[in-house]
Amino acid sequence: MNAVELEFLNVSKRYGSLAVVNDLSLKVPAGRICVFVGPSGCGKTTSLKMVNRLIEPTSGEILIGGRNVMSEDPIELRRGIGYVIQQVGLLPHLTVAGNIAIVPRLLGWDAARVRARVEELMELVGLDVGRYRDRYPAQLSGGERQRVGVARALAADPPLMLMDEPFGAVDPIVRERLQDELLHLQERLAKTIVFVTHDIDEAIKMGDLVAVLQVGGVLAQFGPPAQILAHPASEFVARFVGADRALKLLSLRTVADLDLKPADTPDGPLLTQDMTLRDALSEILAAGTMSGRVVDESGRVVGEASIEQIAAALRETAARKPA
Amino acid sequence: MGILADTLAWLTDPTHWSGPTGIPNRLVEHVGLSAASLLIALVIALPVGLYIGHTRRGVALAVNTANLWRALPSLAVIAIVLPITASIDPRAGFLVYPTVVAMVVLAVPPILVNAYTGIVGVDRDIVEAARGQGIDERRILTDVELPLSVPVLITGIRSAAVQVVATATLGAIFGFGGLGRFLVDGFAQYTLGGAAQMLGGVVLVAGLVIATDLSFAALQRALTPRALRLHSSVEGPLA
Amino acid sequence: MDLNVDVAWIVDHLDELAYRTFQHLLLASIAVGIGFVISFFLAVIAVRRRAAYAPILAFSDVLYTIPSLALFAVLISVTGITLLTVEIPLVMYTLVIFVRNIAAGFDSVPTDVIGAADGLGYTSSQRLWRVEVPLAVPLIIAGLRLAAVSTIGLVTVTSILGDSFGGLGFFILEGYRRSFPTELYFGAIPSILLAFLVDALLVRMERSITPWARSAAVAS
Repeated sequence: MNAVELEFLNVSKRYGSLAVVNDLSLKVPAGRICVFVGPSGCGKTTSLKMVNRLIEPTSGEILIGGRNVMSEDPIELRRGIGYVIQQVGLLPHLTVAGNIAIVPRLLGWDAARVRARVEELMELVGLDVGRYRDRYPAQLSGGERQRVGVARALAADPPLMLMDEPFGAVDPIVRERLQDELLHLQERLAKTIVFVTHDIDEAIKMGDLVAVLQVGGVLAQFGPPAQILAHPASEFVARFVGADRALKLLSLRTVADLDLKPADTPDGPLLTQDMTLRDALSEILAAGTMSGRVVDESGRVVGEASIEQIAAALRETAARKPA
Repeated sequence: MGILADTLAWLTDPTHWSGPTGIPNRLVEHVGLSAASLLIALVIALPVGLYIGHTRRGVALAVNTANLWRALPSLAVIAIVLPITASIDPRAGFLVYPTVVAMVVLAVPPILVNAYTGIVGVDRDIVEAARGQGIDERRILTDVELPLSVPVLITGIRSAAVQVVATATLGAIFGFGGLGRFLVDGFAQYTLGGAAQMLGGVVLVAGLVIATDLSFAALQRALTPRALRLHSSVEGPLA
Repeated sequence: MDLNVDVAWIVDHLDELAYRTFQHLLLASIAVGIGFVISFFLAVIAVRRRAAYAPILAFSDVLYTIPSLALFAVLISVTGITLLTVEIPLVMYTLVIFVRNIAAGFDSVPTDVIGAADGLGYTSSQRLWRVEVPLAVPLIIAGLRLAAVSTIGLVTVTSILGDSFGGLGFFILEGYRRSFPTELYFGAIPSILLAFLVDALLVRMERSITPWARSAAVAS
């Protein structure tokens, strides 16, 4: 595991009298994904760009692993941070391999080590080495380009990754796949990731911690997704997460979390154990019943899940103390 | 410096302002040839450029031909045409037509390419909205695409005009009049006091070229629909 | 004018043709080479400092309006009839074309690519040479094509400065003065062919150094 703690200490960015980021303070533990989410103009991208000094803060400190980012040469700093943007920004005149190899080459790795690392990363992000190595960005689909972008950001094994709406430019189906793959990758790599999005659903899905920002660069709430959903700190946050926040909470749990009652009704929709409670509730309601039958991988009915149970699980999740 | 004084003296000498070899007459010859060439080039290039821009057909052929013409050295064109037209018409075919042909060849590429680029640069959504309202193709070209492509188009015509006026001086090498005559004759008699004439010619030609450029710039401003003037300056590939 | 081709004369003067062709290419190459280097630096400045952009472009536009014959004429008074008289105007005209095209080339690099390059940790000089210049190449070569071809045309005009210049234009002028069409064409046709040849070679060169553009066309 190669990860580092990131801390914002009273960070502000002002342009004249306009505050784009206003006194932001938060700490992201090593190895966690922190999502910055909020409407346009809330300063989430500006905050991100201050970490790798593409934008310089007006006041406050940003500490990576306890070290102030201002104390390091910005070029060196950036080579040690993975950076993924929405349009990806692959260099059009370099092949897939060439793009992924950029930072290792800048760091002076020898050719053999670079080559091995490129292959390793391509496999990691699910790109067949033989087929994609020598392709140019113009020959790739949107989803493929994003994968190369992620591989490129991971190339030098940085302890910190910055991702600015990385999946915003692809269609919803591809986006969901990429989100799942990133989460899967994170299970293996456990890096510290700061992820910016305007989509609250993405924030809840991806984040271990969520920072909700409001216009003017003010931190409205910071905590695990369940806490934001169950206990919004202000009316803004409550409105931002949406009136369906209870249902969103349900998407954080699965059927497998429930204590199943023995199934004694022959009707009700079939539910799988990896289904989220939200989807399960949706299935039950659609069928017009009060419960559904839970099956295992082989299709055998192992129990029953009712609307009441799901409601109870919701109460329990909402009542949990913040981590 | 003595030579500047001599040039000024030459320019202000009243005998140089009258008669067939005087400045006004040469000016008329030069402007006349340039205008005629530009007109012919417009007749050739404008319809073709507008057509291929509107229909998107034959683009490769037209653009490649234009690029080919752009590569032709003007002096060589004059030289090639001269014996041919001279045998047809010993007078005008010797003195005038070769230069006209070379100037037409020079002017066609910028006009054609910019006409095409201008039309193609019009937002497709606007054109489709017009088509959807039932406006016929010819009207779309004249009422929608043409006005919106005026800046780019006039830039091309302006560029062509300036090039033609400047390069028409070459005609004097082959016996044509125009302002180039002063340059060539002055150079031929350089050591015998022709320097003043030569530099006088330089001043006149530079003045005419600048005047041409400014005139077309004014024309561009006048013809650009006011709404478009608010956008930042649009320039074609040949500016 | 007698339009019959004097083949014997042509055969007799083939070695002169070679000499003049070589001279033509030499004069043109010097101008294009020097012009390119100067323009490159001017273009980098123009793109780095936006304030300088307009004046530099305006200056080069003014140069463009000065007719070649006139420029040679002015220079004769200053530098006599020497190589400098020939090359200075040729270089100046290439500046006009190059500066605009090179600056446009740099402008054509997408901003997200620049942002990504900065984020990855390129220094600004690395970014210029490894990212911006390669991506500006198509427009730079377009400028090179235009400059090369127009310079080849202008070299023919230098023939009026005397026998020691002019390249293939020498034959054009001589042919005209002696009312000898064979010689006229002996100069005119090769100069046109030379211009086409150089243009075609540069197109080839562009295709070979931008493989990523080729594959984009293939992919679509």
